[in-house]
Amino acid sequence: MAERPLPAADLLRLYGPHLSYTPPGGWDEQRQLPVERLVKTHCCFCGQQCGIQLKVRDNQVVGFEPWEEFPFNQGMLCPKGVKRYLQSTHPDRLLDPLLRTAGGFRTATWDEALDFTARRLTEIQEKHGKDAVAIYGGASLTTEKSYLIGKFARVALGTRHVDYNGRLCMVSAGTAYKLAFGVDRSPNPWSDIPRAEVAFVIGANVAECAPITTQYLWRCRDNGGRLIVADPRMTPITRNADLYLPLRPGTDLALLMGMLHVILRDGLEDEAFIAEHTVGFEDVARSVQAYDPATAARVTGVPPEAIEKAARWIGEAGRAILLHARGLEHQSKGVENCLAITNLALATGNLGREGAGCMMITGQGNGQGGREHGQKCDQLPGQRSIADPAAREHVARVWGIAPEEIPQAGLTAVEIMEAIHRGEIKALLSICFNPLVSLPDANYTREALEKLEFFGVVDFFLSETAQFANVVLAGSLQEEEEGVVASAEGRVIHIQKAVDPPGNAWPDSKVYIELARRLGKERFFPYRSSREIFDELRQASKGGHADYGGITYEKIDRQMGVFWPCPTEDHPGTPRLFEGGRFFHPDGKARFVVTEWRESGDPVDAEFPILLTTGRVVSQYLSGTQTRRIGALVDQFPWPRLEIHPRLAAQHGLTDGDWVTIRTRRDEITLPAMVVRTIRPDTVFIAYHWPGGRSANRLTHRTLDPRSKIPEFKVSACRLTRAAGPPEWVKELPPGLALPGKDRPGKGLPIIGGGGGA
Amino acid sequence: MFGYEFYIDPERCIGCQACVNACAECDTHKGVPMITVDFLDRPSSIATVPAICMHCDDPTCAEVCPADAIKKGEDGVVQSALKPRCIACNNCVLACPFGIPKMMAKLELMMKCDMCYDRTSVGKRPMCATVCPSQALAYVPPEQIARERREKPGNVFQFGHQMVTTKVYMMLPAGEPALTVDAVDVADFMWEPEEAAP
Repeated sequence: MAERPLPAADLLRLYGPHLSYTPPGGWDEQRQLPVERLVKTHCCFCGQQCGIQLKVRDNQVVGFEPWEEFPFNQGMLCPKGVKRYLQSTHPDRLLDPLLRTAGGFRTATWDEALDFTARRLTEIQEKHGKDAVAIYGGASLTTEKSYLIGKFARVALGTRHVDYNGRLCMVSAGTAYKLAFGVDRSPNPWSDIPRAEVAFVIGANVAECAPITTQYLWRCRDNGGRLIVADPRMTPITRNADLYLPLRPGTDLALLMGMLHVILRDGLEDEAFIAEHTVGFEDVARSVQAYDPATAARVTGVPPEAIEKAARWIGEAGRAILLHARGLEHQSKGVENCLAITNLALATGNLGREGAGCMMITGQGNGQGGREHGQKCDQLPGQRSIADPAAREHVARVWGIAPEEIPQAGLTAVEIMEAIHRGEIKALLSICFNPLVSLPDANYTREALEKLEFFGVVDFFLSETAQFANVVLAGSLQEEEEGVVASAEGRVIHIQKAVDPPGNAWPDSKVYIELARRLGKERFFPYRSSREIFDELRQASKGGHADYGGITYEKIDRQMGVFWPCPTEDHPGTPRLFEGGRFFHPDGKARFVVTEWRESGDPVDAEFPILLTTGRVVSQYLSGTQTRRIGALVDQFPWPRLEIHPRLAAQHGLTDGDWVTIRTRRDEITLPAMVVRTIRPDTVFIAYHWPGGRSANRLTHRTLDPRSKIPEFKVSACRLTRAAGPPEWVKELPPGLALPGKDRPGKGLPIIGGGGGA
Repeated sequence: MFGYEFYIDPERCIGCQACVNACAECDTHKGVPMITVDFLDRPSSIATVPAICMHCDDPTCAEVCPADAIKKGEDGVVQSALKPRCIACNNCVLACPFGIPKMMAKLELMMKCDMCYDRTSVGKRPMCATVCPSQALAYVPPEQIARERREKPGNVFQFGHQMVTTKVYMMLPAGEPALTVDAVDVADFMWEPEEAAP
């Protein structure tokens, strides 16, 4: 049904991505015309949520100015933040709703598009049941929008299937922290990092994925702290590491269990902390007995003496910080990996104190806030469990419905796509999500999209996924609607509206409110402003772990953010959790949880002998819907390359810039090789931000962590062959971008228009 | 800005190019950055280094300029070439010991970093040092650098027989680097059992 309406080349011509390089009106106008306003707000991209000022003129964002007073980043920005302003007036912006026709898309009025959407959703629910419709949300949306989408799914549609792309981000860490500590939040504010004597960074490419955190790590070293980095690649922060642990992808658990083994063997645990504030220590101590350094070394490929040294540095430090991100979370044992971190922090008493803790680095803009208030399939607002009768009663009262009217937990993001593929879910309404690029096994995702009887998308650009839609509802950028987000620190901050959506595009929340009206549920969605949604979500969150009851827009502005929980208006917020060793479980104690080693879901063998791992680059964000349209960011890293060690390259007759075909048990893609000694010789790496023949996720597999349901992006098995020539995708590059060629020797930056097989 | 100095510490650089992108936003040079960030030797290292104008006390670029187009202000900042004077001869580009000036062929004009005169003259820090997420580029009071960093600032450079003193400081390692990344190989850090090695 929902196949792509036009050939790729036509879609590219009509909807981009085109590359935008200059501010509206060009550089000369920028110089001559005055800026009307500077709007203090935050970056629209990652979970760091840096403070930034947007320059506004004629209802257009025309530039940026650093916001040095905002305490988290003090004016610092990464290249994405510097260039984000180019989206507001981008030629690819959707200015009207689009309806699918036989020959592509045509613009439509809002009445036409919304009536059609409501009618199709109603027809499908009447024919196949409420749960035949699924809702996808996104973790870049404000908390108000996230709350609204969760309520829309459960109240307006009555479906249990609502989940979000944070399922690809924070769920392993969140699940583990809930099990260990009773709450899903990074326990320490970032200002604790420079206070640590040892900072241990595992599975986190901080410099490229959370660039501002680099300065916190460097300040830790300025203060005399030691930095340990564990990663299969030498990422840029490794340049100042005091100890580097080059572990094999997928073996983080063995490394962490080996480190806990050494700490317990050498008596470096914090006995008093364990006795007073935890339960379950004995079982965990027994579980790591077999993980002596030699055993851990055999699994991880990290030398036994390096494992011993890392463990002793952490065990002997008065204050240690353990930082982790997708590297160990994107695994079929992602939750166990994070539990091994919490076990290590608990055993050494590194929690609830300045400079001592374990911290997840939330990746998506509102990854933290977006999951707390209702677009996660198993949670209600306030980080409440949807299975908890008391939680259902509280939220039902706020919503004005009966508790039994709230559906039970539905499927998670990848499972929803699988249910679509099986034909169980017939309709999908998606916002801020580009699953064709971001879900694993992209061919499977494409097949599923083609099976949908109805597919509606709310977005500001026509993403690769939106090309499959029956209706596209032109939505808003972050700077086009007021709201709050929670940063990686758990700091709730204020997103200011800088401009109105352009053309006939609408604020996202208006789209859902108007759809609810057409579904006959108007009285549950009476909001006239973001503030009214926020005030309701404050009530809905009240008494939950993520209690926003005492947070107001004004208080956020006054305090430069409020850390939740903040139960009352006279409460200052809670920058550091677990002070005094008080955890969120009913008995106030933290849990040690036993972890068990197991293989990846896509193990290497004789046929597929090489480990493939995927990740990001600093100039692109997630599926690239936004950043692949910004010229300077594209030029910085125009296409994915295969990072490969010279030893492995030589075995395949490859030199830098050669075309190489990477084959996994799913599919194959062809990319230029980038030969570097900064990666393990048994591992290759691809950044995943691109679609089609450049898509790393054509290669990845759908094995999920059994508890968090996160896909195992970080570990696949592959084989390599030298390719005869360039692949088809070189024809799909954005207009103006030249073909890939041989890399400039020694620079690692591509020459635009170079030779080398292109 | 009175009481502030510019410090470069390449060891902090993560190669993100926030400085390059932010510099390019300046409406005096319209999308063209006056900074470069390069990998030292990407095949063997992740080490990167940013290069801005060092603002020499006796600027070689000005000394070799036949048109007297390059001026140093009282604040010690060496300005971009003056448009009516510059004859686009490239002398400065070739002579600068740090390789900083760029010839803008279309404009027939040498341009280079002027330490964001438009910003510093109104009490703002230079753009690159404001946004740099690792503070490899820092514009702060000398007392702050002395208090916060283990590395020591230096501003005297020897190029063959030429001794150059600069307004901009380069941070010098406090001791031996913890981990040498000039030329590395991950394989050297790995544990490979004898039978598995090739």
